[in-house]
Amino acid sequence: MEEVPVKIFTTSHVGIARQYFFLSLAAVLLGSVLSLYMRFHLTYPQKGEITPELYLSWLTLHGTVMVFFVLTLAPSGAFGNLVLPGQLGAKEMAFPVLNAWSFWVTLLSFLVLVASFLATGGGPLSGWTAYPPLSVVGAIAGPGEGLGQTLWFVSIAIFCVAQLLGAINFIVTVTDLRAPGMTLLRMPLTCWSWFVTAVLSLLSFAVLLPAGILILMDRLVGTSFFVPGGLLVGDMVIQHEGGSPLLWQHLFWFFGHPEVYIAILPGMGLVSHLLATFARRPVPGYRAMVWSTVAIAVLGMVVWGHHMFTSGLNPYSVMAFSVLTMVIGVPSTVKTLNWIGTVWGAKLRLNAPMLYCLGFVSIFVTGGLSGLVLGQAQLDTYFHDTYFVVAHFHLIMGVAALFGIFAATHYWFPLLFGRMMNDTLGKWHFYLTFVGAYAMFLPMHFAGFAGNPRRYADFTTFTFLGQVLTLQKGITHAAFFTGAVQLLFLYNLFHSISRGVKAKQNPWESTSIEWAGEPAVAEIFRGPYELGLYGERDYRMQNEGGEE
Amino acid sequence: MASTAAVPTFLKHHFESADQQKGASGIGMWLFLVTEIMFFGGLFLAYFVYRQAYPAAFASASSKLNLPLGAANTVVLICSSLTMAMAVHSAALGKQKLIIFYLIATLFLGGAFLGVKAYEYHDKWEHHEIPGENFDCETCADPGHAPLFFSLYFAMTGLHAMHMIIGVFIIFFLIQQAAKGAYTAKWSTPVEMFGLYWHFVDIVWIFLFPLLYLIDRVPGK
Repeated sequence: MEEVPVKIFTTSHVGIARQYFFLSLAAVLLGSVLSLYMRFHLTYPQKGEITPELYLSWLTLHGTVMVFFVLTLAPSGAFGNLVLPGQLGAKEMAFPVLNAWSFWVTLLSFLVLVASFLATGGGPLSGWTAYPPLSVVGAIAGPGEGLGQTLWFVSIAIFCVAQLLGAINFIVTVTDLRAPGMTLLRMPLTCWSWFVTAVLSLLSFAVLLPAGILILMDRLVGTSFFVPGGLLVGDMVIQHEGGSPLLWQHLFWFFGHPEVYIAILPGMGLVSHLLATFARRPVPGYRAMVWSTVAIAVLGMVVWGHHMFTSGLNPYSVMAFSVLTMVIGVPSTVKTLNWIGTVWGAKLRLNAPMLYCLGFVSIFVTGGLSGLVLGQAQLDTYFHDTYFVVAHFHLIMGVAALFGIFAATHYWFPLLFGRMMNDTLGKWHFYLTFVGAYAMFLPMHFAGFAGNPRRYADFTTFTFLGQVLTLQKGITHAAFFTGAVQLLFLYNLFHSISRGVKAKQNPWESTSIEWAGEPAVAEIFRGPYELGLYGERDYRMQNEGGEE
Repeated sequence: MASTAAVPTFLKHHFESADQQKGASGIGMWLFLVTEIMFFGGLFLAYFVYRQAYPAAFASASSKLNLPLGAANTVVLICSSLTMAMAVHSAALGKQKLIIFYLIATLFLGGAFLGVKAYEYHDKWEHHEIPGENFDCETCADPGHAPLFFSLYFAMTGLHAMHMIIGVFIIFFLIQQAAKGAYTAKWSTPVEMFGLYWHFVDIVWIFLFPLLYLIDRVPGK
């Protein structure tokens, strides 16, 4: 593979992809260390040293870096930038300078976020959802709710701007820069996923931005968009009247639910693509996969209310949101059946990226099923704010998306660094992480059944939690096991960057043209999944001409 | 593909043709406007929620706004859209001096709008009609909720004015470039794209004006 020179202020899509990759790697390390701190304190509390407020600030930082700087950045920012132009037969992203701006603005946002936790008073306490009134009345609500919370909102507003720039770039690249012959329905499913993800980013981050501005106005210049009247905090009446905390929830979740799909759709596209590549078979229902991606996105835009079932919504709205949420099960099933159909009875190439993809499917099904439970308002009323919800979204949004990221790292490593990652280490990492992930998050559902609430700083002080304490200790042990296993991945990653085996041209015998190398692809003649053919080679790349 | 000799200087290396590059700019700009629609959409949503909740407070607080000035500003802004459209047209024809003339006219009108807006804000300050501790509106119906109307008024017109200010800076840049003869009949994409932005900002005001200034002004009342 060709060498891409390392440059700090680069406008090359590969360089920017690397920058996003390392930024999200830093973020995931920070987030993971925090989660280990939290797990340890939950079950083996260091009373007196760790206050509940400190715990909550860890929780907020963990959620924020994981959702925004890992699950949003790595799948699209890193791998989308790396692969999208190549797979479409474009030389670059449509707006290279804008692309670089997008990264540097994201980095600024990350620095402001870190600053918010180092601010006087400590980090904000209100979680990644930042619900008012807690997040809006200022320092009176607790340490960290002063300057820390303000900086947190500033960071998120900056992040929105960066994401909007990125989304515009992705959409224009797909609509305008495809090579001749690359029709929309010849695009690999990965491209479709990045495209639809970018549309979701475009529409949802654009709404989080004004919500953030309004809440900053509430905090800084005395408006009361989100502060209700007659609010009493610490024996003091807050001088505001008439604002609605519920409006924040609507605006936030109008972004927040699509955000879940922003995190997971690229993984879905990647899994569809890799399962076909390593099963050496075409995707059975290519068009069904495209349309189910679009359907998931459209439905994902209109189900935000299912995060608010216990907020006092009108029961008719609750019913509508609940039914629409259930309907997402249909395109999700289309996808799952397609994935199973791709690998069913095939002779699989069971290398590390393939294993991560199979793991993705497994976790997607497990985590998705509990989504159907939570989508029913009657059940959600009980499960809301319990560890059942924590288990659900950590599986579907966290672990599934991370398996997508692991698969992508292994699979596209040659495009990132010109070398291959170690496959044996990768397989060990997969099996151990797979076991660890289920060991953490399956038992967590049972804690939810038992009514174990989220966001408690210490489980040992409550008698009603006595029955789940052993279970929670087990989860903590599993978390430390899984955390330790990640060292394998880190070792593999950094070792392979400098010492990995040099990659050959098209090492995975893929059909898509990011592997075509020099000279740039001039024209596309085929669909994306011509695999499993008879003859000398069982595949044709999309840019290969000739009758067959 | 064009031979290397015929490649125009404005064409970036990763585009196949000038048409493709122009297409990219156009789609990109329209997508940016989509994000702007969603951005102001969030603010309009907040407006509708609170107007629905406190109609009396909104109607009476709205009548505190200066209708003649708001109406005059509407006219000023529509005229600036006309001069901007003329600037784009002149650019497409490659008429260098006319581009600069119409851009300066647009700059002047945009500046006039911002001046009037600043005067209106100052007036609200004098009358203690800015939400916060010094808010005081005895003649408002439902004075407890009147600050919500003014909060929305300042948030929405303030963000709109911010868009105008950014626009004014971009016009300065465009004038500078036009003076260097950067825009020709073949390539004037920046002027064209900025035209889209300016018209969008104008249209936002077309929605803001009736929603903020004209709520309770029934003829004959």
